[in-house]
Amino acid sequence: MTLLVAGGTLMTISASRSKVSDYSSIASASKAISEDTPFNKMMQVLTHERCVNCHPTDNIPKQGNDSHPHYFGMMRGEENLGFAATKCTTCHQTENNAYSGVPGAPHWSLAPKSMGWQGLNKYEIAEAMLDKTKNGNRSHSELIHHLTQDSLVLWAFEPGVDQEGIPREKPPISEAAYKAAVLAWFENGAVVPEE
Amino acid sequence: MKITFSVNEMPQSIEIDDENTPLLWVIRDMLDLKGTKFGCGKAACGACTLHVDGEAVRSCSYPAKLVEGKKVTTIEGLGSEEHPHPVQQAWVEEVVPQCGYCQPGFMMATAALLDKIPEPTDNDIDQNIINVCRCATYYRMRKAIHRAAVIKKNTTQPVNSESDG
Repeated sequence: MTLLVAGGTLMTISASRSKVSDYSSIASASKAISEDTPFNKMMQVLTHERCVNCHPTDNIPKQGNDSHPHYFGMMRGEENLGFAATKCTTCHQTENNAYSGVPGAPHWSLAPKSMGWQGLNKYEIAEAMLDKTKNGNRSHSELIHHLTQDSLVLWAFEPGVDQEGIPREKPPISEAAYKAAVLAWFENGAVVPEE
Repeated sequence: MKITFSVNEMPQSIEIDDENTPLLWVIRDMLDLKGTKFGCGKAACGACTLHVDGEAVRSCSYPAKLVEGKKVTTIEGLGSEEHPHPVQQAWVEEVVPQCGYCQPGFMMATAALLDKIPEPTDNDIDQNIINVCRCATYYRMRKAIHRAAVIKKNTTQPVNSESDG
């Protein structure tokens, strides 16, 4: 009963927040235009938990939409693959597992430490992504390939179900829209907007 | 789907409708090897740990189709009563188990650890042996892991025969 009451309360708050005044609708319209750029579309994906959880800055992979530290004390290890005997692949295989709810994709691993994005804003992430001293010496064409073809990157759009059998949240735009945004951003010079 | 692989060095070939059936159930229900345990079914507790091509995996989260052509080792194949694996010997010497349910998974994880790190430190153990034991036999297991490392080191070094002395 308590939960129901609490849930009802939350719904009420949520409903009241959804009311839009004349002033805020103008602000929302401006934001909608700004979010429509290829850069912002791309970054809506790259800043999503499905991506950032495996780009930690503290060597600890994260889990869930609340980005809690990975259970069981799992950490990066020496090669981004976990520890010597208990590795990422002790539990994570090459595809999602619908029975256990354990996510999987080819070469499941953490992003290199130099590509730690946790805590960075979208502008800082983009700058890091373009920085050859951090991105594994990747050129623009190599970055495009990584961002649009790598099966582990694209896992974000097929993240499977969690331990409760509930589908994991996907990034807010479709895979096709994301790929188009990436291509458009690079075709226009991969310019990182000013904050 | 037909899947061919080996278990404890014995060739196996199975027909299975659902290729994503967890390897755990192939091992337990189809091959009747009951040493590998079902714990959580979510790759969290490690009771189902076995080796695939020498690597520790949680078999409750390992689809059967991925084992095609690979070598599986279960607790039954780790050693025998006559010739126990150093980990099994150490587990007996240190009287590790309480209820015992989770112990095969711990022993398989430990055997994999000693293959990678023959003389693990406490930190190595903390990082790699992350299975769950509801009886909390962790203290005895830590002693047994160190003991197993010594046994394994002594049994794998060149043996000077007694006649040499």
